[in-house]
Amino acid sequence: MSDFTLSRNSFGRLVLITNDGQQHEGVVAVRAFPIAAPDEGVSLVSTDGHELAWIARLSELPDNEQTLVQDELAQREFVPEVKQLVAVSAFATPSQWRVNTDRGATEFTLRGEEDIRRIGQGELLITDSHGMNYRIPDLFTLDAHSRRLLDRFL
Amino acid sequence: MNLRPALPSLSRFPESFPATWRDGLNTELAPDAVVVAWLEVDLDERLNFSRTCIVLCERELLARRADSAQWEHWPLHDELRLGHFDHAGIGTLELYDLQQRLARWRYTLEQNLAAQRLIKLFESQRLAIATGAPAPIDNNDVCPNCKAPLPPDEDECPICTRVEQTPPSTWTLLRLWRFAKPYQGQLLAGFLLMLGSTAATLVPPYLTIPLMDDILIPFHAGQHIDPAMVGLYLAGLFGAALLSWGLGWAKTYILALASERIAADLRTTTFEHLLQLSLEYFGGKRTGDLMARIGSETDRISVFLSLHLLDFATDVLMIGMTAVILFSINPSLALVTLLPLPLIAWLIHLVRDRLRTGFEKIDRVWGQVTNVLADTIPGIRVVKAFAQESREAKRFRDANQHNLEINDKLNRTWSLFTPTVSLLTEIGLLVVWGFGIWLVSKSQITVGVLTAFLAYIGRFYARLDSMSRIVSVTQKAAAGAKRIFDILDHVSTVPEPTRPIHLENVTGAVELREVGFRYGSRSVIRDLSLQIRPGEMIGLVGHSGSGKSTLVNLICRFYDVTDGSIRIDGVDLRSIPVAEYRRHIGLVLQEPFLFFGSVAENIAYGKPEATREEIVAAARAAHAHEFILRLPQGYDSLVGERGQGLSGGERQRVSIARALLIDPRLLILDEATSAVDTETEKEIQRALDNLVAGRTTIAIAHRLSTLRKADRLVVMDRGLIVEVGGHDDLMAREGHYYRLYQAQQRHAEELLLEGGAL
Repeated sequence: MSDFTLSRNSFGRLVLITNDGQQHEGVVAVRAFPIAAPDEGVSLVSTDGHELAWIARLSELPDNEQTLVQDELAQREFVPEVKQLVAVSAFATPSQWRVNTDRGATEFTLRGEEDIRRIGQGELLITDSHGMNYRIPDLFTLDAHSRRLLDRFL
Repeated sequence: MNLRPALPSLSRFPESFPATWRDGLNTELAPDAVVVAWLEVDLDERLNFSRTCIVLCERELLARRADSAQWEHWPLHDELRLGHFDHAGIGTLELYDLQQRLARWRYTLEQNLAAQRLIKLFESQRLAIATGAPAPIDNNDVCPNCKAPLPPDEDECPICTRVEQTPPSTWTLLRLWRFAKPYQGQLLAGFLLMLGSTAATLVPPYLTIPLMDDILIPFHAGQHIDPAMVGLYLAGLFGAALLSWGLGWAKTYILALASERIAADLRTTTFEHLLQLSLEYFGGKRTGDLMARIGSETDRISVFLSLHLLDFATDVLMIGMTAVILFSINPSLALVTLLPLPLIAWLIHLVRDRLRTGFEKIDRVWGQVTNVLADTIPGIRVVKAFAQESREAKRFRDANQHNLEINDKLNRTWSLFTPTVSLLTEIGLLVVWGFGIWLVSKSQITVGVLTAFLAYIGRFYARLDSMSRIVSVTQKAAAGAKRIFDILDHVSTVPEPTRPIHLENVTGAVELREVGFRYGSRSVIRDLSLQIRPGEMIGLVGHSGSGKSTLVNLICRFYDVTDGSIRIDGVDLRSIPVAEYRRHIGLVLQEPFLFFGSVAENIAYGKPEATREEIVAAARAAHAHEFILRLPQGYDSLVGERGQGLSGGERQRVSIARALLIDPRLLILDEATSAVDTETEKEIQRALDNLVAGRTTIAIAHRLSTLRKADRLVVMDRGLIVEVGGHDDLMAREGHYYRLYQAQQRHAEELLLEGGAL
């Protein structure tokens, strides 16, 4: 049994009520290991940045609360998956990339090669000039043209 | 009072005692006196170079200047003192008693170690006379080469190594064999292939003889050309070209493979060895130098092995084989062909030598240009704040201009070089043409032989230029090899025990017994004894330079003690394997170092197998959890050199989490809170409180207020423990600690006042 209850109020904000009856509105869910282990360690943080509750594993929550947290996380997280590299403006950075993602076609600016981060075998995380992240789940499954473009930056 | 048995007068001098002083001294000394120590200073009173010998016997001190025949005597007694100080590279040794200075000697610092040894022995002899107890036998280490006393913390003699600053010998390259040995099979195969491919390249010129004599000349004489013969010869030419292509490819590939592996092994071995060396080796500004050694020097050696040495060997082989072939065809023409060769080689070498000095100069000027960059770019905030952009631009322009001038000068010679080589080659060919035509006219050789000769020497004249390069590249590679072997030959001053004792469970009791440590010739810690109970928190207090950090370094075994011993749970540190011992130590430094990687990896640095729960727990205890959650990728955010910027306090809390995770029995906090402001300090202090609980802790802090929780405060001054006790106790004593505390209070009040005035 968890030591808090979660609900969503009419403003669409998450409300957390701890066992001692304290009520916190506008709770934010944060993943501790968004890359290495997204489903382990989710923290519920108050609006002023203090941790209110810790969820070691999302699956431990009751179903309805789990959906609440998942929804909240989905609202915060925006990491489009790159399916294809269409074109890059230059092989020297900064470079404009035109990509197709799972959320549609877009364009972003890569500031430097160091913004492409290798996570695991073939998995890449690209941070654009605004700090937004794009994910390439497996670089080896990209098509030849995309891989050739990408290879120039790795 | 005879301290030592009288020895026969022959052995009253140490072995190394110079003979020039010996003769006169023999009659000066009392018949049973033995020279305990001596020093030859190299400056006189007015700092001219002139030698003076100072001799210490059991009961007196003697000295004589080189230009005087008179020995001066000072009998030792209780009030006689020998002191020294140095300033600007000149040391001064002074002899005085309670009333006045009796003598003064000056020396360059080369003799500093010997002078200190003299003082040390003087003190022990004086004490022996004062107390009547025999003087302790001097067991100072001396260098096996020059008999000079060794500094206690070094394994190589500073005097002998200084002599070794001679240009590195080319023979150093032979030491690379150690790394080449695993690849000897490949190297042999490569050599055989080289032999084969070189031989194959020599076939085509040889075929010109029958082509000329049997086909072309008879054709001019009116005979028919036999297509079958021509086909045969052309096939021979093609075959030889194909063979030399194949063999040459295989040779270059195999040898390049081997040499790249040799260089890789060299690099790894050097780095691994470097990691084993004690902290002392890394002191100062050597980082860039060490990086260059491991990076570019190994690369230079690799290029030398795979490219220059290979080319050179091929060329030598070719010249040798060509000479054999030429002599077998016609000895007299061969002689004429080969005679100008040494001369041309020497001329090329001469020009190259001049070019080399020029290139070295360019290297140095280039260094100046990059220096301007290295100065300006990191200091760009200062440059901009003081609006000095134009000055820096001018500085760069000047350096660049200088670079241009030097280059222009060299280019004059450089542009001359290639035409000169071809001119020399042409002249060589001319000689062969002339002599050859003369021989043909005498019918001593055929036209075919002459064309073959011309084809042969055309080839190796072209190679002379690249061969002349071998001298300088060999020197450079040898210098590189020497710098690498300098690292490899350095023995760690913190050696692994030969018979290690393994500690199962450490309680954290630390005992320092009469610990002494000298850094170079400076005694940093003297005769320090301290017992620390398991779980106790000790605060180390003192002015900077009082030896606090050194003491902590000794406890971590970054250095080894010079005298005495440090024991943990009753076991001497030196008998525990270094890595095993350090696993029990948690270290939090003033400036925490984060490696490039994620926050989680940084926290788990000392325990890579830690689970995520453990990492989060450690971060929580270190009050780092919440700020980590605020980072864009939580625990997966990149930090360190190229990563996310963390503030000083945040970095410190990550490093505290790192120390917490390995759960050490012994915790060392070296000024952990002094780099941050008071507010952050409070937060770190809370994190530290979690860390300290239940562990033996040794904390150094500049702000005395941060040591409130310490069980005992140890006040150090100039390498000695001057006071030990709790805060209240030490305040009541009104000693060193009291004065330090008062000074800080006053300072804090002044700051407050200033703040108020503003």
